[in-house]
Amino acid sequence: MLATEIFQRLSSEFGEKVLGLFDQQPSDPAISIAPEAIFDICHTLRDDEEMQFDYLMSLSGLDLGEKLGMVYHLCSMQLGHRIVIKAEVDKANPIVPSVERLWRTADWHERETYDLVGIHFEGHHNMIRILCPYDWEGHPLRKDYQVPEMYHGMKVTY
Amino acid sequence: MGLLNRLDDPYEGGGIVLGKVEELLNWGRSKSDWYLHFGLACCAIEFMAMNASHFDFMRFGTIPRTSPRQADFIMITGTVTFKMADRIKVLYEQMAEPKYVISVGSCSNSGGPYWEHGYHVLKGVDRIIPVDVYIPGCPPRPEAFEEGMMKLQEKINQQAIFNKRKRLGIE
Repeated sequence: MLATEIFQRLSSEFGEKVLGLFDQQPSDPAISIAPEAIFDICHTLRDDEEMQFDYLMSLSGLDLGEKLGMVYHLCSMQLGHRIVIKAEVDKANPIVPSVERLWRTADWHERETYDLVGIHFEGHHNMIRILCPYDWEGHPLRKDYQVPEMYHGMKVTY
Repeated sequence: MGLLNRLDDPYEGGGIVLGKVEELLNWGRSKSDWYLHFGLACCAIEFMAMNASHFDFMRFGTIPRTSPRQADFIMITGTVTFKMADRIKVLYEQMAEPKYVISVGSCSNSGGPYWEHGYHVLKGVDRIIPVDVYIPGCPPRPEAFEEGMMKLQEKINQQAIFNKRKRLGIE
Protein backbone atom coordinates (compact mmCIF):
# COMPACT_ATOMS: atom_id res chain seq x y z
CA MET A 1 0.00 0.00 0.00
CA LEU A 2 1.16 3.52 -0.73
CA ALA A 3 1.51 6.13 2.00
CA THR A 4 -1.40 8.13 0.61
CA GLU A 5 -3.65 5.07 0.72
CA ILE A 6 -2.64 4.32 4.29
CA PHE A 7 -3.29 7.94 5.21
CA GLN A 8 -6.76 7.90 3.62
CA ARG A 9 -7.63 4.69 5.33
CA LEU A 10 -6.60 5.97 8.74
CA SER A 11 -8.36 9.29 8.15
CA SER A 12 -11.63 7.60 7.30
CA GLU A 13 -11.45 5.49 10.43
CA PHE A 14 -10.05 7.94 12.99
CA GLY A 15 -11.13 11.31 11.57
CA GLU A 16 -9.37 14.28 13.07
CA LYS A 17 -7.03 12.16 15.23
CA VAL A 18 -4.97 11.79 12.06
CA LEU A 19 -3.37 15.18 11.54
CA GLY A 20 -1.50 15.04 8.26
CA LEU A 21 0.70 13.31 5.74
CA PHE A 22 4.27 14.36 4.89
CA ASP A 23 5.63 12.67 1.80
CA GLN A 24 8.39 15.04 0.76
CA GLN A 25 11.40 13.27 -0.69
CA PRO A 26 13.99 12.21 0.34
CA SER A 27 12.64 11.30 3.78
CA ASP A 28 10.25 8.40 4.28
CA PRO A 29 6.55 9.29 4.11
CA ALA A 30 5.26 10.07 7.58
CA ILE A 31 1.78 10.35 9.08
CA SER A 32 1.30 12.71 11.99
CA ILE A 33 -1.29 11.67 14.58
CA ALA A 34 -2.65 12.84 17.91
CA PRO A 35 -0.73 11.27 20.83
CA GLU A 36 -3.78 9.93 22.67
CA ALA A 37 -4.72 7.80 19.63
CA ILE A 38 -1.33 6.10 19.25
CA PHE A 39 -2.44 2.75 20.62
CA ASP A 40 -5.69 2.52 18.61
CA ILE A 41 -4.10 3.60 15.35
CA CYS A 42 -1.15 1.23 15.80
CA HIS A 43 -3.59 -1.56 16.59
CA THR A 44 -5.39 -0.93 13.29
CA LEU A 45 -2.08 -0.69 11.42
CA ARG A 46 -1.00 -4.04 12.78
CA ASP A 47 -4.23 -6.00 12.44
CA ASP A 48 -5.79 -4.60 9.27
CA GLU A 49 -5.75 -7.18 6.47
CA GLU A 50 -4.39 -4.77 3.87
CA MET A 51 -1.72 -3.14 6.06
CA GLN A 52 -0.37 -5.86 8.39
CA PHE A 53 2.43 -3.85 9.97
CA ASP A 54 3.85 -6.76 11.93
CA TYR A 55 7.29 -5.28 12.59
CA LEU A 56 8.19 -2.21 14.64
CA MET A 57 11.61 -1.28 13.27
CA SER A 58 12.31 1.60 15.60
CA LEU A 59 10.70 3.67 18.28
CA SER A 60 12.34 6.94 19.18
CA GLY A 61 11.79 10.08 21.19
CA LEU A 62 12.78 13.62 20.24
CA ASP A 63 13.16 16.92 22.01
CA LEU A 64 11.63 19.49 19.66
CA GLY A 65 12.12 22.44 21.98
CA GLU A 66 8.55 23.35 22.86
CA LYS A 67 7.30 19.79 22.65
CA LEU A 68 8.50 16.21 22.77
CA GLY A 69 8.14 13.99 19.73
CA MET A 70 7.55 10.29 19.20
CA VAL A 71 8.51 8.50 15.97
CA TYR A 72 7.49 4.96 15.07
CA HIS A 73 9.04 3.25 12.05
CA LEU A 74 6.78 0.43 10.95
CA CYS A 75 7.36 -2.25 8.37
CA SER A 76 5.24 -5.06 7.01
CA MET A 77 7.20 -8.23 6.41
CA GLN A 78 4.14 -9.77 4.75
CA LEU A 79 3.34 -7.02 2.27
CA GLY A 80 6.69 -5.27 2.01
CA HIS A 81 5.66 -1.70 2.70
CA ARG A 82 6.62 0.72 5.41
CA ILE A 83 5.39 3.90 7.07
CA VAL A 84 6.50 6.39 9.70
CA ILE A 85 4.11 7.51 12.42
CA LYS A 86 4.81 10.73 14.31
CA ALA A 87 3.21 12.30 17.35
CA GLU A 88 3.95 15.29 19.56
CA VAL A 89 3.28 15.65 23.27
CA ASP A 90 3.52 18.55 25.68
CA LYS A 91 6.67 18.81 27.75
CA ALA A 92 4.65 19.55 30.87
CA ASN A 93 2.71 16.29 30.77
CA PRO A 94 4.51 13.84 28.47
CA ILE A 95 2.31 10.77 28.66
CA VAL A 96 1.57 8.58 25.63
CA PRO A 97 -0.07 5.14 25.39
CA SER A 98 2.34 2.22 25.25
CA VAL A 99 2.44 -0.04 22.19
CA GLU A 100 4.28 -2.74 24.11
CA ARG A 101 1.25 -5.01 23.94
CA LEU A 102 1.24 -4.78 20.13
CA TRP A 103 4.94 -5.31 19.47
CA ARG A 104 7.12 -6.82 22.19
CA THR A 105 10.06 -4.94 20.64
CA ALA A 106 8.62 -1.76 22.11
CA ASP A 107 9.32 -2.94 25.67
CA TRP A 108 12.97 -1.89 25.82
CA HIS A 109 12.57 0.87 23.23
CA GLU A 110 10.00 2.59 25.41
CA ARG A 111 12.13 2.16 28.50
CA GLU A 112 15.05 3.75 26.65
CA THR A 113 12.89 6.65 25.47
CA TYR A 114 11.65 7.14 29.02
CA ASP A 115 15.20 7.01 30.34
CA LEU A 116 16.78 9.47 27.93
CA VAL A 117 13.95 11.77 26.79
CA GLY A 118 11.51 11.46 29.66
CA ILE A 119 8.34 10.43 27.88
CA HIS A 120 6.13 8.32 30.11
CA PHE A 121 4.35 5.35 28.52
CA GLU A 122 0.99 4.52 29.97
CA GLY A 123 0.25 0.79 30.07
CA HIS A 124 3.87 -0.38 29.96
CA HIS A 125 4.35 -3.21 32.45
CA ASN A 126 7.78 -2.14 33.68
CA MET A 127 8.38 1.57 33.19
CA ILE A 128 11.87 1.92 34.74
CA ARG A 129 15.19 3.21 33.45
CA ILE A 130 17.18 0.90 31.20
CA LEU A 131 20.56 2.58 30.56
CA CYS A 132 21.22 5.13 33.30
CA PRO A 133 21.42 3.99 36.93
CA TYR A 134 18.05 3.75 38.65
CA ASP A 135 18.80 6.70 40.92
CA TRP A 136 19.89 8.98 38.06
CA GLU A 137 18.22 12.37 38.01
CA GLY A 138 16.87 13.98 34.85
CA HIS A 139 16.65 12.79 31.26
CA PRO A 140 20.00 13.32 29.52
CA LEU A 141 18.91 13.76 25.90
CA ARG A 142 16.65 16.71 26.65
CA LYS A 143 18.01 19.99 25.31
CA ASP A 144 17.73 21.71 28.69
CA TYR A 145 19.48 18.90 30.57
CA GLN A 146 21.97 20.08 33.15
CA VAL A 147 24.89 17.73 33.77
CA PRO A 148 25.11 17.06 37.53
CA GLU A 149 28.21 18.11 39.43
CA MET A 150 28.70 14.85 41.31
CA TYR A 151 27.37 11.31 41.15
CA HIS A 152 27.87 9.07 44.22
CA GLY A 153 30.86 11.16 45.28
CA MET A 154 32.49 11.03 41.82
CA LYS A 155 33.06 14.21 39.86
CA VAL A 156 31.19 14.15 36.56
CA THR A 157 32.97 16.89 34.59
CA TYR A 158 36.50 16.44 33.27
CA MET B 1 69.12 -7.83 38.10
CA GLY B 2 66.72 -10.70 37.75
CA LEU B 3 67.26 -13.91 39.64
CA LEU B 4 67.52 -16.04 36.54
CA ASN B 5 70.17 -13.80 35.00
CA ARG B 6 72.58 -15.13 37.59
CA LEU B 7 72.35 -18.63 36.16
CA ASP B 8 75.27 -17.63 33.94
CA ASP B 9 77.36 -17.10 37.04
CA PRO B 10 76.44 -19.93 39.43
CA TYR B 11 77.93 -20.19 42.90
CA GLU B 12 80.89 -22.55 43.18
CA GLY B 13 80.24 -23.72 39.62
CA GLY B 14 77.30 -25.84 40.84
CA GLY B 15 73.53 -25.57 40.62
CA ILE B 16 73.24 -22.85 43.25
CA VAL B 17 72.13 -19.30 42.68
CA LEU B 18 72.61 -16.79 45.44
CA GLY B 19 70.02 -14.10 45.96
CA LYS B 20 67.74 -12.47 48.47
CA VAL B 21 64.53 -14.11 49.60
CA GLU B 22 62.77 -10.91 48.63
CA GLU B 23 64.01 -11.27 45.07
CA LEU B 24 62.81 -14.86 44.99
CA LEU B 25 59.37 -13.91 46.25
CA ASN B 26 59.08 -10.97 43.86
CA TRP B 27 60.24 -13.17 41.02
CA GLY B 28 57.48 -15.64 41.81
CA ARG B 29 54.88 -12.92 42.24
CA SER B 30 55.71 -11.09 39.05
CA LYS B 31 55.73 -14.25 36.94
CA SER B 32 52.42 -15.64 38.13
CA ASP B 33 50.01 -12.73 38.07
CA TRP B 34 46.43 -13.82 38.00
CA TYR B 35 44.05 -11.23 36.81
CA LEU B 36 40.44 -10.25 36.99
CA HIS B 37 39.46 -9.06 33.56
CA PHE B 38 36.95 -6.25 33.68
CA GLY B 39 36.06 -5.85 30.00
CA LEU B 40 33.81 -2.92 29.27
CA ALA B 41 34.19 -1.90 25.63
CA CYS B 42 36.27 -2.31 22.47
CA CYS B 43 39.54 -2.57 24.43
CA ALA B 44 38.20 -5.90 25.69
CA ILE B 45 37.83 -7.01 22.07
CA GLU B 46 41.46 -6.12 21.48
CA PHE B 47 42.31 -8.01 24.63
CA MET B 48 40.79 -11.14 23.08
CA ALA B 49 43.43 -10.90 20.36
CA MET B 50 46.01 -10.47 23.11
CA ASN B 51 44.77 -13.62 24.81
CA ALA B 52 44.69 -15.69 21.63
CA SER B 53 47.61 -17.72 20.33
CA HIS B 54 49.22 -15.00 18.18
CA PHE B 55 50.19 -12.86 21.15
CA ASP B 56 49.64 -15.39 23.94
CA PHE B 57 49.12 -13.33 27.07
CA MET B 58 49.50 -16.42 29.24
CA ARG B 59 53.23 -16.60 28.60
CA PHE B 60 53.52 -13.82 31.17
CA GLY B 61 52.18 -16.30 33.70
CA THR B 62 48.77 -14.68 33.76
CA ILE B 63 45.65 -16.72 34.29
CA PRO B 64 42.20 -15.16 33.98
CA ARG B 65 40.16 -15.47 37.16
CA THR B 66 36.45 -14.96 37.50
CA SER B 67 36.63 -14.01 41.16
CA PRO B 68 38.32 -10.88 42.54
CA ARG B 69 39.43 -12.86 45.60
CA GLN B 70 41.77 -14.98 43.48
CA ALA B 71 43.15 -12.12 41.44
CA ASP B 72 46.44 -10.25 41.80
CA PHE B 73 45.54 -7.45 39.46
CA ILE B 74 42.44 -6.11 37.78
CA MET B 75 42.46 -5.07 34.17
CA ILE B 76 40.04 -2.25 33.40
CA THR B 77 39.54 -2.41 29.64
CA GLY B 78 37.08 0.11 28.32
CA THR B 79 34.71 2.96 29.05
CA VAL B 80 33.92 3.26 32.74
CA THR B 81 30.38 4.55 33.11
CA PHE B 82 29.10 5.74 36.46
CA LYS B 83 26.84 2.74 36.65
CA MET B 84 29.90 0.49 36.35
CA ALA B 85 32.13 2.65 38.54
CA ASP B 86 30.28 1.58 41.66
CA ARG B 87 30.81 -2.07 40.74
CA ILE B 88 34.50 -1.57 40.00
CA LYS B 89 34.98 -0.03 43.42
CA VAL B 90 33.32 -3.04 45.07
CA LEU B 91 35.37 -5.54 43.03
CA TYR B 92 38.61 -3.72 43.80
CA GLU B 93 37.84 -3.74 47.50
CA GLN B 94 37.16 -7.48 47.36
CA MET B 95 40.62 -8.23 45.98
CA ALA B 96 43.27 -9.45 48.42
CA GLU B 97 46.47 -7.44 48.99
CA PRO B 98 48.87 -7.03 47.29
CA LYS B 99 46.73 -5.84 44.39
CA TYR B 100 47.43 -3.90 41.24
CA VAL B 101 45.41 -2.13 38.59
CA ILE B 102 46.08 -1.84 34.87
CA SER B 103 44.01 0.79 33.10
CA VAL B 104 43.70 0.07 29.39
CA GLY B 105 42.80 2.57 26.70
CA SER B 106 41.93 6.24 26.52
CA CYS B 107 38.50 5.83 28.11
CA SER B 108 39.61 4.32 31.37
CA ASN B 109 42.76 6.48 31.43
CA SER B 110 41.02 9.82 31.04
CA GLY B 111 37.50 9.50 29.65
CA GLY B 112 38.70 9.30 26.06
CA PRO B 113 36.26 10.65 23.45
CA TYR B 114 33.66 11.16 26.17
CA TRP B 115 35.74 13.65 28.10
CA GLU B 116 33.56 16.67 27.27
CA HIS B 117 29.99 15.56 26.56
CA GLY B 118 29.90 12.20 28.27
CA TYR B 119 27.54 12.90 31.14
CA HIS B 120 27.57 9.18 31.99
CA VAL B 121 31.31 8.44 31.79
CA LEU B 122 33.81 8.57 34.61
CA LYS B 123 36.75 10.65 33.37
CA GLY B 124 39.47 8.20 34.28
CA VAL B 125 39.26 5.12 36.46
CA ASP B 126 42.05 6.59 38.64
CA ARG B 127 39.41 8.80 40.21
CA ILE B 128 38.06 5.83 42.14
CA ILE B 129 40.89 3.27 42.39
CA PRO B 130 44.70 3.67 42.33
CA VAL B 131 46.14 2.73 38.94
CA ASP B 132 49.61 1.17 38.62
CA VAL B 133 50.03 0.99 34.86
CA TYR B 134 48.30 3.02 32.15
CA ILE B 135 48.21 1.56 28.66
CA PRO B 136 47.47 4.28 26.09
CA GLY B 137 45.64 3.68 22.83
CA CYS B 138 42.15 3.64 21.45
CA PRO B 139 42.16 0.67 21.60
CA PRO B 140 45.81 -0.28 22.29
CA ARG B 141 47.61 -2.75 20.06
CA PRO B 142 48.44 -6.12 21.64
CA GLU B 143 52.08 -4.98 21.69
CA ALA B 144 51.00 -2.19 24.01
CA PHE B 145 49.37 -4.73 26.31
CA GLU B 146 52.68 -6.61 26.40
CA GLU B 147 54.57 -3.45 27.25
CA GLY B 148 52.09 -2.67 30.01
CA MET B 149 52.37 -6.16 31.45
CA MET B 150 56.16 -5.90 31.46
CA LYS B 151 55.90 -2.55 33.21
CA LEU B 152 53.76 -4.16 35.91
CA GLN B 153 56.25 -7.00 36.34
CA GLU B 154 59.03 -4.44 36.64
CA LYS B 155 57.10 -2.64 39.32
CA ILE B 156 56.42 -5.82 41.28
CA ASN B 157 60.11 -6.81 41.08
CA GLN B 158 61.16 -3.54 42.67
CA GLN B 159 58.79 -3.77 45.61
CA ALA B 160 60.01 -4.15 49.16
CA ILE B 161 58.53 -6.91 51.30
CA PHE B 162 60.65 -6.98 54.47
CA ASN B 163 61.18 -4.02 56.79
CA LYS B 164 59.10 -1.98 54.45
CA ARG B 165 58.38 0.81 56.90
CA LYS B 166 61.98 1.12 57.96
CA ARG B 167 63.27 1.20 54.40
CA LEU B 168 60.76 3.74 53.34
CA GLY B 169 61.77 5.88 56.30
CA ILE B 170 58.37 5.89 57.95
CA GLU B 171 59.71 4.88 61.38
